[in-house]
This record gives sequence, structure tokens and C-alpha cells, in this order.
Amino acid sequence: MAWGEFKNTAAERRLFQRRALVMLVLVLLTMLGLLARMYQLQIVEHDIYTTLSDKNRVQVQSVPPPRGLVYDRSNHLLAENRPVFSLALVPERVEGMDATLARLSDILDLDEGDVERFQRRLQERRRPFQEIPLSYDLSEEEIARLAVHRHEFPGVEVRAELVRYYPHSELTAHALGYVGRINREELQRIDPVNYAGTNYIGKSGIERFYEQVLHGTVGYQHVETNARGRILRVLERVNPVPGEDLQLHLDLRLQRKAHELLAGQRGAIIAIEPDTGGILALASVPSFDANKFVTGISVDDYRSLSTDIDKPLFNRALRGQYPPGSTIKPMMAIAALDSGVTDRERRIWDPGYFQLREGGRRFRNWNRSGDGWVDLKTSMARSNDVYFYTVGVEMGVGVMSEYLAHFGFGEDATLDVSGALSGLLPSADWKRGARNEPWYPGDSVNMSIGQGFFLSTPLQLATATALVANRGEWVEPRLLKDIRGDRPVEAFLPETTHEPLKLENPDDWEYVVDTMVEVMHGARGTARAAGQGASYRMAGKTGTAQVFSLGQDEEYDEEQIRERLRDHALFVGFAPSDNPKIAVAVIVENGGGGSSTAAPVARALFDAWLEEFPAMDEPSVISQVNAEEAR
Amino acid sequence: MAFGNLLNSPADTYLTRSRSVWATLHLDPLLLLMLLLLMGSGLFVLYSGADRNIEVVKAQGIRFGVALIVMFVFAQLDPAVFRRWAPWLYVAGMIGLVAVLLVGVGAKGAQRWLAIPGLPRFQPSELMKLVVPMMAAWYLSRHYLPPRLTHVALGLLIVLVPMALIVQQPDLGTSLLVGMAGIFVVFFAGISWKLIATFFALVSVSAPMMWFFVMRDYQKQRVLTLLDPQSDPLGAGWNIIQSKTAIGSGGMDGKGWLQGTQSHLEFLPESHTDFIVAVLAEEFGFVGIMLLMVLYFLIILRCLYIAMMAQNTFSRLLAGALSMTFFIYVFVNVGMVSGLLPVVGVPLPLISYGGTSGVTLMAAFGVLMSIHTHRRMITA
Repeated sequence: MAWGEFKNTAAERRLFQRRALVMLVLVLLTMLGLLARMYQLQIVEHDIYTTLSDKNRVQVQSVPPPRGLVYDRSNHLLAENRPVFSLALVPERVEGMDATLARLSDILDLDEGDVERFQRRLQERRRPFQEIPLSYDLSEEEIARLAVHRHEFPGVEVRAELVRYYPHSELTAHALGYVGRINREELQRIDPVNYAGTNYIGKSGIERFYEQVLHGTVGYQHVETNARGRILRVLERVNPVPGEDLQLHLDLRLQRKAHELLAGQRGAIIAIEPDTGGILALASVPSFDANKFVTGISVDDYRSLSTDIDKPLFNRALRGQYPPGSTIKPMMAIAALDSGVTDRERRIWDPGYFQLREGGRRFRNWNRSGDGWVDLKTSMARSNDVYFYTVGVEMGVGVMSEYLAHFGFGEDATLDVSGALSGLLPSADWKRGARNEPWYPGDSVNMSIGQGFFLSTPLQLATATALVANRGEWVEPRLLKDIRGDRPVEAFLPETTHEPLKLENPDDWEYVVDTMVEVMHGARGTARAAGQGASYRMAGKTGTAQVFSLGQDEEYDEEQIRERLRDHALFVGFAPSDNPKIAVAVIVENGGGGSSTAAPVARALFDAWLEEFPAMDEPSVISQVNAEEAR
Repeated sequence: MAFGNLLNSPADTYLTRSRSVWATLHLDPLLLLMLLLLMGSGLFVLYSGADRNIEVVKAQGIRFGVALIVMFVFAQLDPAVFRRWAPWLYVAGMIGLVAVLLVGVGAKGAQRWLAIPGLPRFQPSELMKLVVPMMAAWYLSRHYLPPRLTHVALGLLIVLVPMALIVQQPDLGTSLLVGMAGIFVVFFAGISWKLIATFFALVSVSAPMMWFFVMRDYQKQRVLTLLDPQSDPLGAGWNIIQSKTAIGSGGMDGKGWLQGTQSHLEFLPESHTDFIVAVLAEEFGFVGIMLLMVLYFLIILRCLYIAMMAQNTFSRLLAGALSMTFFIYVFVNVGMVSGLLPVVGVPLPLISYGGTSGVTLMAAFGVLMSIHTHRRMITA
């Protein structure tokens, strides 16, 4: 007999039996509770659930919200939604999936990738009776053919869907970005409920940055269907909250003008409104048709775009990193004055070259014969390199980097411009880390005229120019002007982080602006041809950046190579000089000289913004006033 | 007493002729009859829940056959065998649970199965539903009852360690059942009411802490969905809305066998597994539910009676805990399907489609029958 039996007293038995009785009562009460719950559902609330179920087969459908529209600053539509017809299958109602797919591909032009994607979606977890899209963008002919065979395809539905459309596609592709089909990685990231019924998502640019605002909130409806799944009526509907409409600072007319000015060339233009930081124009030429990307670009189209020697998919304005050349001189002038290495009166002898020491390497002025004695103003007007070599070496890399950082170089200072790059603002530390070499005085010489390691994007140049135009007040570049809702635009933009650039002598700003005016209007200014005959005063600076290498483009003919080895033409400037309304940065790749190629482009933009467009607007303003007076 | 006849089954009266037959077979005819009734009606409902798929019903019938054999085998073993083997089974089970975490196989992000070459795949956690109460009963019955505080603490440790291992798989439903089985042993052993009250006080205090620090997002989601299914009608709320609709639309006497629109149009998810009680409620109404509940209650009543009649402490504790585990199955499943409890993967015992839990349940009934039929005359 086991040891347990000896202490198996009556007390233990009674204790257990008491406990067991307690449990029995608990079981009884709990089961009565469950029955009460069933009574509540089946008897008390029976009618409610009957309406939901008995005979009425209730389905929940998601209602995707329409995507917010995008307007330019004067309410021209830049991105809209158009109905597109697509084909979807409800697997539960399809009789014989393989046979149906085979017969569908007989009468329709089905893409193999579409079928594969459909098969994958078929394997994934989903709600019963949720439809799976098979083919997008049916032609009218296909819809007609399908209609004839309609009865042969149970569970196959044609759906009208709103799809993004860019009316000015090539003009705005780089500024707006585009939407495309949700891919598998995005599927992991998005909220599956809010995107139920939505097939598109912002892939780049504004469409990506403001995806949440533009998308809206999904709605749903309970629908009553008969046994074959036809909707008889909507029982309850929660409307979707449409995505909010955006208004951008972008001006379609200026954007078009920028594209016209660069037509046939490669280059970028950024125009910024100095008061607000709003980007008025963001052009990267050549461009591409963003609409092709929305419903899925064909492999051939994509290959021809991505292998094009002119790189139309490359956003030069935000991601093109160029040596800024002499366009950096206004910022260098501020640095040199404020750090005290030079003053307005100081004159430097230019024999046509600069040497760090007697007999050393000669760093040439672009004018080989030399400009003689030059002060800061003349050096700016003539774009004298020797003056800047001298003050650059005197400042050293530390001082130059510190000032240039204040101008936004070496960082992405934008608020809502998706994909902007930071360029490269070199420093002694950077060179030691990246090249494992010390910083040589010769590097400072190169840096002082925007060459060497220094790289900047056109957007950064425009930002720095706007800072000069604003006399040190920071306005971070941004695209969003307004949201068509109750909430203020500040709720959507990231916070601004930059402090104004304060100078020892604030009047230095005016002085440097004067030297830039001298570039445009002075007797010896490098861009005096571009500044001629203007009704307003403008400030600017030309630049020419050397092209060092061509890369791996060996298959192109000699003519093309020679063309692609020419210097890049650059220009930065703003107008009017005393009350700036527009600041621009222009780069024309392999365009030759900044004064001959880039400066006239900027002049044309200034004229358009300050004279042509206001003149065009005025009649409408007058007619409005007249109309009000007539009433 | 209303259940007088029910309680005085032939096995209890020593001098009747029928006793010798059933006692020789070591079966309890009353319990067996009720179980067969339950399994029969289970197959009946399953045919509808599986949308008239006779193959599913056949497969389930075969499982029930296997389960009945397992029950019969367990019933032949003397309770003393269970007691002697309890520690060794417990150690083996724990090794199995650790092995599952290390080399287990599974699907949908949970590792629950152990595949040893040459043996059929099995779930060690399923085995623990029997072994944990056995071990706890073995340990607590070695000492005088009611247990001292240290014995209670060690007893709880015996329960909580495997429970924690099963949560890691993760398998909340099974760990809950294993844990409850063990905790009922501790309760039946006579742990003081003060301690129980303290425990509940601690739970109510620590519940918010669990919410913030222990529960995973999907578990929180289940609780939130329970409180307001309409907040997520396309996602997790779908199951609850659809099952409540199925139950509610059944009314007093139901839509009739095979006539349930919710399940047959595939609105009701898992209609032949975890949510099968909604099919029963839709097609047989409140009357059907009431009959089912009465049957379950009678089975539990019979089991608790067997426990009370058991001859030694080990048997009593084990039988009591196994009876209550069966009840927990019913309570959690019906509570979940009717929207009272969060969705936890617990099947409706002997009705839901699926093999392993049915076999374990019948093994437990085998243990109960063994306890009831291996009696020693000298204690009379």
C-alpha cells in the first residue's frame, strides 16, 4: 500500500468534498450565465441579428477614399483622379479558377505579371468574398468584349476605379513625384484596414511626403446581397473621408517657362520665393511622363528611360551634386568680410595666377592675363579668382566650412522635399576620414572658388541665394503652400530649425548684394549682357564648373563625348535686388560659360515672374473689380 | 435528491450483476453514454459546420474511435500507476516543451509540434494537460492537507513553469488550459480562502501592468475588439460580429439543420472548428444550446461525483482537476464565440473538428473511469 494512504483522513475527504461542492455551484452559475448570454443574443436581440443575417446576407465592403488633388499656387490642377476600369475576381463565386483565367486570357490582353500577382494574392489571407484585382486599365474594346461574355464568368467583375492622372505630366514629374501600385514591401508597412480597396500609394516627391494627408480615411458599407452576391441595397454606410487637397507654392507658368528655357539641353532650375521659402519652380530636364508609372510601366518603356544617356529619371534639381564654381563667391564674400580676413577697401594684385609660395604651383585666374589690382567689388563683378584664392587660404577650411554650413550646404535643409541630397561640404575632418589625407592649403584654394571636393545641389544653391536675398533671414525651402482644410499648413510641415545668419556688421549684406548687382549691371560685370535693358535691378553671380570625368559612357560617339566634356554653366541670382521676389539657381550641364548660357535663362525667369505674369494677371483683376462695381 | 439515480451508477453498488461487467471492463457506463451522446451530436453538427463535407465527418469519426480506444486503455491502468509515473511523465513533458521551443515545427508563427523521426508528430503541450495536474496532485498528496504555504508555492511552480513554456510557443489557449488544470489541483487541495482572495486582489492590481508590459499587440487587439467589435469591422472584429449574428439569428428553435445562412455562405469563419457552437446556435436555436449545456453540465456533475467518491487524495485531486478542465474548455469556447471573452484558440470539447485535443480529453475521461473502477474493498 502506498504511503499516501496512511494520512488519508476523513478530514481531507471532507475538505475536498466541500471544495468540490463550491466548484459545482460555480459551474452551475457560470453555465447559467452562458445560457443567459445566449438568451440575450437569441431571444432578446433576435430581431437585430435576424435583420443582419436571416435572408439578408450582410457584407462589409470598404469604400476607398478619393485621393486629395494637388494645385499650383494659382489653382491650376497638377494632379487629379480619373476613372479607370479594372477587372477583379471574387474567388468564392468563381466556378473553376484555372479555366476562368484561361478563358479570360483568350478574350482579354492579360499581362503575365498581372496573372502571377493575382495568383500570389489568392494564396494570402483575406476576408471571405473580398475581391482580388486581376487586370488594370481595360480598354473600352475589352470592356465591350467582356460584356458580351458576361454570363459565362460568374465572380468576374469590372470595376471603375479612380486613378491618379497628371495633366502636365512631363512638366511636374520631378516636382510632384508620382503614385504607383502598392508593392509587397509597402503592403507590410501600410495599415491594411485604411488601405483596403486602395491599390495606389505615393512613391516619390510630394505624393510620397504627403501620402497620409492625400490618402484620407477608408469608409465602409454594409450591403445586402442575394445568394449570387449581387448588391440589393446598402444597409449602413460610413463615408470615406477624402484625402485633403494640397496647394503648392509651385507656379505652373514659371515651371513651363523653366522647361522651355532648358529645352533640348540637360539641366535644372530652382526658383524660390525669398519671403516664404516657397519653391516656385523645380525643373529637371529632360523629364518623363509620370502617368506611365501610375498603372505600372512596361518593361521596355522603363528600360529605355533608365538607360537613356540623358538620364530623364534623374532629378538633377534635388539630387544632382555639382561643384558650384564661382556661384559660391557671394557666400565666400560674406565669410571673408565677417571673419575679418578682408574689408571693402583691400586690394590684391592679380598677375593672372596665385601661388601659395614663391615658385610653387600656379593657380590660374580664368583671365590668364590678370586683372591687375582688384578689390572685393571688382572681384565679384569680374569673377576674379585670385582675390578669392587669397582670402580663401587666409580663412582656411575651418572658417569657410563654418560659414557655408550656415548657408545650408552639406545638409538637406528642405522641409517637405522628398529625396533631396545634401551635397558635400568638405572639412579637414571629413578629408581625414574619407581620404585618409590631411587638408592641404591647395584644397582651400580650390574650395574658395567652389571647386575641388565641394559639391552642391541646385536646390542648395538656390537656398543659399535666397538667404543672401533675405539678408541672412532663413526660410527653409518648401513646396506646400496650403491645405484645403481647416487645419493650418504649419500642422503638416516639419518644424523649421535654422537660426538667422547674423553678421558683425549687418551692412555687409547690402554691400555683397551691391557687388552682385555689379555683376549684372556694372560696366565690367560678367553678366552685364544678361542684365541689359531691365526695368528693375537684379543681383547675380555666374559660375562655370569643370567636368572632370565622363564615367563609363564609352559607347557614345566622339561628338557626344566632346559635348559632354564641356564645362557646366551655372548662375545664381535674385530680383529685384532691393526687394527680392524671386531667387534662382540655374545649371546647364555642359553649357559652357555661366555668363553666356545660364545668366540669360535666369533673366528670362526674372522677366517672366516680375513683368509678364503680373501683366497677364492684371486684366483679370480689373475685370473682377469691374464686375463687383457693376453689381 | 434529483440526481440520485444518476449518481448511483451500477459501478457504485457492489452487489449488482451489471457491476461485475462494467467493473471488469473498468468503464463507467453512465459517463460513457453521455460522452457517446455528445460525440454523436458533435458529428451531426460538424456535417453542417463543414458545409456537408462528409470526408470531414469521417475523419472526425476515426479520431473519435482512436480517442475511445485511448480512453479504454487509460481506464485499465490503476490510479497508483499514474501516481508512480507522474514525476517521470512530468520530466519527459518538460523536456518535450523545451525541445519544441528549440527544434519544434509549426505554422503561422507558432512552434507547437515535435517531429521525432519514426514517431507521429505530436504536441508535448497537449500531453501536459494531463501530466501537470497529475504531477501537482502527486506532490500535494504527499503532505498533510490543507497544504502549508511552501507546498502551495512549490505546487504553483510545478504548474507555472510548463505554462510559461507553452506561452512562448506561443499558444495562449493551451497554456490557459494547462494552467487551470494545475491550479484546480491546488484549489482542491484546500488552499486557504484568504490566499485565494489575496490572489484575486493581486490579479486585479496587476491586470493593468500586464496590459502595458506583458501582453503582445495582437493579444491587446483581441481584448479591444471584444469590447467594441464595430471598431474594426473589416479586421479582427469580423469573427465576433459574424458569430454573434449567427447565434442571434438562430432565435428560439433555429433555422434548421443545414439551413444556417451564416455558416453555409462562409460568413462565419472557422465554422467547423473553434466557432462550431455558433453553427449549432444558428441551426438549432436556444433550445439546441440549452440541451448542449445540460449535457455538458451532467457530464461535469458525474465527473465531480467520481472525484468525491475517490478513495485517496491523489485520485481526488486529479479527478477534480480533470473535471474542471473540461468545464474550462466549455466556458472559454462558448464565452469566446458569444462575445463574452477574447478570442483564444480553445475548441468546443468533443464537437469542434480537430484531433489532438479530443484524444487528450478522452484520455482524461479514461483516467476518471480508472479512478472510479479501481476500488479497494478494505477502505469500505
